[in-house]
Amino acid sequence: MAGTGKAHLRDGEVLLRVEDLVVEFPAGRNRKVHAVSGVSFDVKPGETLGLVGESGCGKSTTGRAIMQLPHPTSGSVKFDGVEMTSLSSEDLRRTRTRMQMIFQDPISSLNPRRKVKDIVAEGLSIWGSTIGTFSKTRVNEVLDAVGLDPDVVADRRPHQFSGGQCQRICIARALVLDPKVIICDEPVSALDVSVQAQILNLLEDMKARYGLTLIFIAHDLAVVKNVSDRVIVMYLGKICEVAEPDALYSSPAHPYTKILLASIPEPDPLRPITDDRISGELPSPMAPPSGCRFRTRCPQVQDVCAQVEPEIREVSPGHYVACHFPLESAVTLAGNGKH
Amino acid sequence: MVSTTNTSAGGSGGPILDVEHLSTEFRTSRGLLRAVDDVSFTLDRGETLGIVGESGSGKSVLVRSIMNILPRTANITGSVKFEGRDVGTLPKAEQRHFWGTQMAMVFQDPMTSLNPVKRVGRQITDPLRFHLKLNRDESNARALELLRLVGIPEPERRLRQFPHELSGGMRQRIGIAIALACNPKLLIADEPTTALDVTVQKQILDLLKGLQRELHMAMILITHDLGVVAGRADRISVMYGGRVAETADTNVLFRNMKHPYTEALLDSIPRIEHPSHTRLQAIAGRPPDMVNPPPGCRFAPRCLYAQESCVAELPPLIPSSEPGHRYACFFPVGTAEGMAARERNREAGHTGAGLDLTVQVVS
Repeated sequence: MAGTGKAHLRDGEVLLRVEDLVVEFPAGRNRKVHAVSGVSFDVKPGETLGLVGESGCGKSTTGRAIMQLPHPTSGSVKFDGVEMTSLSSEDLRRTRTRMQMIFQDPISSLNPRRKVKDIVAEGLSIWGSTIGTFSKTRVNEVLDAVGLDPDVVADRRPHQFSGGQCQRICIARALVLDPKVIICDEPVSALDVSVQAQILNLLEDMKARYGLTLIFIAHDLAVVKNVSDRVIVMYLGKICEVAEPDALYSSPAHPYTKILLASIPEPDPLRPITDDRISGELPSPMAPPSGCRFRTRCPQVQDVCAQVEPEIREVSPGHYVACHFPLESAVTLAGNGKH
Repeated sequence: MVSTTNTSAGGSGGPILDVEHLSTEFRTSRGLLRAVDDVSFTLDRGETLGIVGESGSGKSVLVRSIMNILPRTANITGSVKFEGRDVGTLPKAEQRHFWGTQMAMVFQDPMTSLNPVKRVGRQITDPLRFHLKLNRDESNARALELLRLVGIPEPERRLRQFPHELSGGMRQRIGIAIALACNPKLLIADEPTTALDVTVQKQILDLLKGLQRELHMAMILITHDLGVVAGRADRISVMYGGRVAETADTNVLFRNMKHPYTEALLDSIPRIEHPSHTRLQAIAGRPPDMVNPPPGCRFAPRCLYAQESCVAELPPLIPSSEPGHRYACFFPVGTAEGMAARERNREAGHTGAGLDLTVQVVS
């Protein structure tokens, strides 16, 4: 459960590179909440990176720290060659136009008193001529792209829409400035399954149409698998496992990933319910366990796990894990995998 | 509408719960809202019924009507018989000891369903002292026993804690312990795991299933997730627009579903065994407005099988060839009529209810 090590970082063209990201929050009496502790990853242009984990694993904090909301405690976030953490606030504002966010609750993330056209156009009206697109046609274009009829919806207010439609408005608002990266923080977890499928399909369409790069944060493993090109599993502020979705789901290398997968309720009554279940409670992020952070709940914990923090290493091509004893089925590289 | 012959789980005597033609209406500023529309079913001792539906399908109002815990503005018609006695006509004095000892409920959000200013122990012992008239020592001993039953470590310490000191999963275990305190014969769990993480959800569902078997309770498990009930319910009712769309034994429902909504619901779930980037089969449109529900079949405006007759007439709940399996559809999935209807719609480019099949689905 380390996040130490960067074996999984790739050479070549990357759009976003996060290294040793640490986010800590003061908790009074000189204590700190260790929300994210040394996470590194990179995203290639046009890729969808899935960040998955349970409440308190630091996935949302990671997403927000990329946007510098708030500034990370330490570490580096390089977006398109620019170091975000050392930008002046004016340069940061400028850079953020190319990086947008979509949030979990679509209804509360829209201003209830404003009309849809003003909500979507806000980014344009702030940046005005510096972006150089004619605002009304642009607003209509993105509304149309997300499947809303601009003539019908432009003058309505958010309360006149369902949750799924509000999420479409949020997506339109994110698209209007023509961003490179969209960070989606649990964009479908507040929606019904039938509407969830519509929004997931829409995100895939928008990604293809506008050449987007997505960071997709969610707790639902099936949803993350559906949209991602690469998946990072997090636990208590650290990375457990990084892999392509099909490899991760068919042969998980980390015991935590295996438990997560076994916990998914599958809509198939013939599938037996396994006994792979997690024991105990999530440790306090104010005093995370020594060594591997998952050791207090790991079914195959050994003495070494408490003393040495496992480093991220490759167990098969493109499949990385931070565990001293990765599950056999995933290991295909000879030796210890430390190349 | 439901005969008592379709007993799927073992049980002695009649059904524990018999719901007949239950409808619940609310007066709203926009008009009469019929949240539950003519629902009938029976539940045997020790049986688990899963009720599945999306937000607004009426599943929560249905069980609150059964428990008779809706505000007085709700107009409930039809009958709810618990062990042969009509719940609605119980005298007040008896009603007070009915909730908790006969039927109990586990709620969705364990944060808001517990009292934040009372210690956990007090919240468990209150019903014990009120209903069962236990004294302080007896009720404390029973509370400890209950916390052990629901798998809470260090129960002595937990009894003195407040809800905010516990994690979400722990709080839901407390909620279950309170519901089980007086040994109810029927446990209603209303989305008990929706607010929880997936690993905790599994713990809670396993716990409920184990307790149900151990205590031989009947259980109604409400959820919007077909995955949650697939492995854990004996029987499933799928609700849409306040009505039962389809009901069957769990295995039958998944193997031989007849209602297009059941099929569409299952197809829209992202599946872990499908490769990444598999295109999802979204359901077009959105759930009906229950103040002005569509005439005829509630699902017709979103249905790929819909014909003109579906809009004109409300399909009754009819039995299939398999015992206990009923569905409300004129053009069921997997039949010649159904296939012909879907093919006709595909050729015409729109369904009989006017849904355009040529454009991308939009909510």
